[in-house]
Amino acid sequence: MTNPVTVAPTNIKQRRFAELFLLVLTIVISTAGYIAASLGYTNAMPTDLWLVVGACSVLFLTAHLAIRKFAPYADPLLLPLAAFLNLIGLVLIHRLDLADAARAERAGRAIPRADAIAQLTWTAVGIILFVAVLVLLRDHRILQRFTYTALVLGVTLLVLPLLPFIGTSINGARLWLRVGPLSFQPAEMAKLCLIVFLAGYLVVKRDALATARSRVLGVDLPRGRDLGPLLIAWVASMGVLVFQRDLGTALLFFGLFILLLYVATERRSWLLLGSILFVAGAGLAYFAFGHVQQRFDVWLHPFSDPNGTAFQIVQSLFGLAAGGVLGTGLGLGNPQFVPFAKTDFIMATAGEELGLAGLVVILMIYAVLAQRGFRIAVSARDAFGTLLAGGLSIVIVLQVFIVVGGVTRLIPLTGLTTPFLSYGGSSLVANWIIIALLVRISDGARKPAPPVRPSRDEALTQVVQL
Amino acid sequence: MSTLTLTLIRLAFLGLLWVFVFFALSVLRSDLRAPTMGARGPIRPQTNRAPDARSVGKNGKTPRKLVVTEGVLSGTSVPLSDQPVTVGRAPDSTIVLDDDYVSHRHARIAPDARGRWSVEDLGSTNGTYLDRQRVTGPVLAGLGVPIRIGKTVLELRR
Repeated sequence: MTNPVTVAPTNIKQRRFAELFLLVLTIVISTAGYIAASLGYTNAMPTDLWLVVGACSVLFLTAHLAIRKFAPYADPLLLPLAAFLNLIGLVLIHRLDLADAARAERAGRAIPRADAIAQLTWTAVGIILFVAVLVLLRDHRILQRFTYTALVLGVTLLVLPLLPFIGTSINGARLWLRVGPLSFQPAEMAKLCLIVFLAGYLVVKRDALATARSRVLGVDLPRGRDLGPLLIAWVASMGVLVFQRDLGTALLFFGLFILLLYVATERRSWLLLGSILFVAGAGLAYFAFGHVQQRFDVWLHPFSDPNGTAFQIVQSLFGLAAGGVLGTGLGLGNPQFVPFAKTDFIMATAGEELGLAGLVVILMIYAVLAQRGFRIAVSARDAFGTLLAGGLSIVIVLQVFIVVGGVTRLIPLTGLTTPFLSYGGSSLVANWIIIALLVRISDGARKPAPPVRPSRDEALTQVVQL
Repeated sequence: MSTLTLTLIRLAFLGLLWVFVFFALSVLRSDLRAPTMGARGPIRPQTNRAPDARSVGKNGKTPRKLVVTEGVLSGTSVPLSDQPVTVGRAPDSTIVLDDDYVSHRHARIAPDARGRWSVEDLGSTNGTYLDRQRVTGPVLAGLGVPIRIGKTVLELRR
């Protein structure tokens, strides 16, 4: 980034009506999906339809008005794309709720609380925080001041679940904080803090990190002493893997660090070094830990134990196969056979009931969202904004890759949430904050440059007669 | 509910999903087609410049780089393209000078339609000097003529 080239649109159109139109379309589509799921499964209209549709309309309209008021030049696609994914997720969770209710009824148990309503509540919390970020954070550069505060906060949040009493282990991963009836996954917020830290840190250090020392096989290798931060990130990721037994988060953090380093320095050698370290780490983990070894075995030979350890992935593959190209139709498949269908395996549900056609829609929306994110990164007027927007986009892309890759057996399965789609409050709220930050950065990048005023700094400069 | 109805609902819903993708992509496309600005200012029409620039190049008078000859960045050179070069304290300048005598947006060195480079002062506090002359409007800068900005001296070179 020695030669800054900024891309700024000349037609500074706000396009707020395009945003509103896409939002209305999103609500229409999700209403249709909500009805279709109930009709398909129970042959009856959903009872809570108007509550859900009304709440969604109010929420997203509020977010839209907040953008009009507080970030009028923001990118028009961010909010509708996130809302679309959020509501498609809601439809899929509602569909799985119906299956859970029917199963409970057959077993003679009480019908469980509908997770779709809980997810709707979390959406409301997410939108409130989205608006709060837009109102309170008028300039993303303020975040640069909190570079090291963000690091301390991020690391604290990551370590909290390991503490006794408040930390809780669910399904073998020690990732949750439990306070009374509420459980929260602090890693999601830690993710945000670490992006703020990395962006602030790399803005300052990128020149040193871009300094090449020697050229080996056409690759500029960085200086030895600059390897420190990379090694620290690697050790930290391995620590997450060892102590929290969470493959997904470890991979996400290390990948984020490497990619952001690449964005900041434009040196491919970091990607190469990162990949080598990653492979070495994965190898070590494979031989040292039983649970990693098991994950690999399940990935390579799922059908050797289809009813035991590989049950989940095998069910997911059967589901995808049953869906085919056009899907079984909402409410007409059996996605509930996959354990954790609402969280880790929501993409399997989408693939079964909406088919390849629906799965591609979801992936395309993620692709467009990522394109908007990187576009904002390119057009940001300051280097910190570039790295922040880049980091936020990278996190979404990496998560989608890790989750979808795991569900479709491209890479070993790791436990991560699908951004916006999965059931889970912490993840949804964190993702809405990511979108709010992107909206804020894009507003700064697209709004017409303010008239040049002599700054206070300049006024202090003395006139020198030569 | 009949299978036919359910099939129709299923296909209609998939259709709706694709309608959303279509509209999202059309918004994206209008953004991609929008004329973009170059580094600083709109891209000039290519047609009338290209042949001229080439003829100037044959004469061997086109500067290829901007070299810092005095000051903290002494020895640095910036390759020239068809984009203007900005100099100032602002972090997004092409050449960032950390010098109290330099304004945030101090000067701009830009090619005209015929590939000749000129220096322009952007309303700096302490001024830009071409050789010994203070620059007011855009002034053509010859090869090897010192451009003084604060404690820094720049030269256009081949």
